[in-house]
Amino acid sequence: MAEQIVSPLPGTFYRKPSPDEPNFKNEGDAVAVGDVIGLVEVMKTFNEVKADKAGTIGSFLADNEEPVMAGQPLVDLG
Amino acid sequence: MIKVLNPGLATSVQDMGRHGYYHLGIPQSGGMDQLALQAANLLVGNPADAAVLEATFMGPELEFTADTVVAVTGAALTPKVDGDAQENWHSFPVKAGQVLSFDYLKGGARAYIAVAGGIDVPIVLGSRSTYALGALGGFKGRPIAVGDEIPVGKASGTAGRTLDASLRRAPASPAEIRVLPGIYWHWVTDESGARFYADTWKVAPEADRIGYRFRGGEPIQFTERERPFGAGSDPSNIVDGCYPYGSIQVPGGTEPIILHRDAVSGGGYFMLGTVISADMDLIGQMQPHTPTRFVKVTMDQALQARADRMALIGKIKDALG
Repeated sequence: MAEQIVSPLPGTFYRKPSPDEPNFKNEGDAVAVGDVIGLVEVMKTFNEVKADKAGTIGSFLADNEEPVMAGQPLVDLG
Repeated sequence: MIKVLNPGLATSVQDMGRHGYYHLGIPQSGGMDQLALQAANLLVGNPADAAVLEATFMGPELEFTADTVVAVTGAALTPKVDGDAQENWHSFPVKAGQVLSFDYLKGGARAYIAVAGGIDVPIVLGSRSTYALGALGGFKGRPIAVGDEIPVGKASGTAGRTLDASLRRAPASPAEIRVLPGIYWHWVTDESGARFYADTWKVAPEADRIGYRFRGGEPIQFTERERPFGAGSDPSNIVDGCYPYGSIQVPGGTEPIILHRDAVSGGGYFMLGTVISADMDLIGQMQPHTPTRFVKVTMDQALQARADRMALIGKIKDALG
């Protein structure tokens, strides 16, 4: 099974730091441990989702502004 | 003592709350799920009202400097001692130097971490609860942070006890929250009032200890009426009044907000009604996006539900006393 990066929190997933900025990461990008791959908004705070493993992003499993649950896979590492 | 290696998200010290100051604008604070908080304490052998850590959506990582006993109730956040998974609603030993961490949230929203002897922060206005917005009580008036050293009372504790599943409580799916209509109910059209109960709402991601906001239902329609002097022009405004714990305000008529433990005590929004006291614990266990229905009840039904909840807490005390 491919490695995955999961959401640590329930909330709303964002792929970019603000609406008019580019995505943190795109498919095909390399990620290192600690890289920010998105944000989860909950309780009026935006929490960075950091990669806990290194690899190359195969696909995003959650869309921008999609509701996510804690433990839900966000990224497949190819 | 407990060393905080990772605070989790908005983890704070809470007990049964700070009562008697709401009229001065100081909210009661305290655990949002008071049944789970008391159960956690009783499991480790503490008085039911001792101070615990309330973790929201995500568990902290804590190192213990002395042997103790811990229990985690409420949300399904599996505790781990040096990586070994432990049961929820169960008291287990933790040795000096061991680290308590948590798996991902699998259900509910808030976990109550009781430690034998209780969290021994100073009592402020009669309570150890944290009111973070007012920088009052708890550990230095704020959620815990990396590097904090949190004092714990002295007690040996009781390990190996489990609270029977029949004595636990969690919201259904969709969650059903019982409401007693309030004194402003006549401001709402009959059709809109019926829609409020018929619609399925969803918990907004902003929901926190201050208030639980909901989205997804139809906006409230107000009856035509002369605006009271001083109430402002929006039909959801009133002349400032007191807000009860559990009251449901709907600013602008769009998104209902249930005031919870850290809420302000008054203001200028009309209230549809009040969530019955028996169901406030359930709100504390609702994640963002939880589908929710509001169910209208009478005062007699509300009082019966309160008696039923108190009886359940009595059974928990009997089982673990």
